[in-house]
Amino acid sequence: MKDIAKKVLDGDPRSIARLITLAENNDSTASSAMKEIHPHTGKAHVIGITGVMGSGKSTLICELTRLYRKQGKTVGIIAIDPTSPFSGGALLGDRVRMMELAMDEGVFIRSMGTRGMLGGLTSAVYDVVEILDASGKDLVIVETVGVGQAEVDVIKIADTTLVIIVPGLGDSIQTLKAGVMEIADIYVVNKADRSGFEQTVAEVESLVDITCSGKERKTPVLSTIAKQSKGIDELLTEVDRHKKYLEKTNEFEKQRRLRYEAELVEIIRKRLMNFIFDESTFKEKIEDLLDKIAKKKMDPYTAAEEILGKILK
Amino acid sequence: MERKIRVLVAKPGLDGHDRGAKVVARALRDAGMEVIYTGLHQTAEMVVEAAIQEDVDVVGLSLLSGAHMTLFVDVTKLLKEKGMDDILVVGGGIIPEGDVPKLKKEGIAGVFGPGTHCDEIVKFIKKNVKR
Repeated sequence: MKDIAKKVLDGDPRSIARLITLAENNDSTASSAMKEIHPHTGKAHVIGITGVMGSGKSTLICELTRLYRKQGKTVGIIAIDPTSPFSGGALLGDRVRMMELAMDEGVFIRSMGTRGMLGGLTSAVYDVVEILDASGKDLVIVETVGVGQAEVDVIKIADTTLVIIVPGLGDSIQTLKAGVMEIADIYVVNKADRSGFEQTVAEVESLVDITCSGKERKTPVLSTIAKQSKGIDELLTEVDRHKKYLEKTNEFEKQRRLRYEAELVEIIRKRLMNFIFDESTFKEKIEDLLDKIAKKKMDPYTAAEEILGKILK
Repeated sequence: MERKIRVLVAKPGLDGHDRGAKVVARALRDAGMEVIYTGLHQTAEMVVEAAIQEDVDVVGLSLLSGAHMTLFVDVTKLLKEKGMDDILVVGGGIIPEGDVPKLKKEGIAGVFGPGTHCDEIVKFIKKNVKR
């Protein structure tokens, strides 16, 4: 356990896997290893892939990874699926679509549950990106849970964000709404063999015409049929082109800063929430305040101020 | 801190009957575990590789073709070879009673045939998980 950071840097799969578990469980031994590996991070290109459930995210990742492997690049994949709000359990099934990558030593796949986070990611995902990056993976691909309209946290972590759309999900007004439809660096219309596909492409293209007018970079709209490996070459070319664009325009640094900010906020949030709600110091106090609120002897704002007052003084 | 039991549910071999595996996967999910489902037609090597990357506490194997004496045992052997015998291995499917003691000897800690209550499997895992 002592050398876990060193072994992660050497690319040892079991140490990578174990450090991810420790980070995910907020284990105190994780933070010292995370501190050790940080100087060795920042080399991997982080690609975020988001889209509604069943849009083909996992299949597309499998296809992209296959091409990257042909180029000799190594790939880390983080596949997130929802955690049950009732049992806290999860069924993580993204590996099923990535089966052919299972025996490839240049690919590391980790399935994660959202564990209560709502933005499409999971709290430990920042750590896991750092771990895979430090282990020497050339690319880290983050697959969000199947999203609806507003889960946009993936842009905080990804250098390049792909939004996957499938035909038949609504009329043109849907593409104009805020949220997920705004965050793409590349739009991918998957399942391009389905009826209504031309209309979907046209709607997304007209969205791009509006949002990118006057901008230096126009967000590309690509069509793929992931199951038949169609359009993947073009997609990979666009992803690489976007990376070059980021590097050329200083956007890369900006993007990374955004990620570190999100990570910093997440670490502080976790520790603070843990300090307030899990440590025994406040447990009785909180129960006491909840009683008062329930009996209308106090309001939640005053109670919050009382707790924060104790920490901040 | 919070510690979730992670279980890999895999179907080694060539049969395509995954209903049982899915029912069990769901029951474990409802018992608060994180279940990684790998899908059909896994080799022992694929199962062990996934178990490494996912850092699971438990591997659950389902097989209805009759090849359990070979494939279940391949998995436990390979885990042992890699020094990962702290992973709890359980199995289920159409397994003749006479094979159960042999499987247990080979490191398959629990064997659950047709008609087993899901609760029983959950209890067994919670009681026997080694890490």
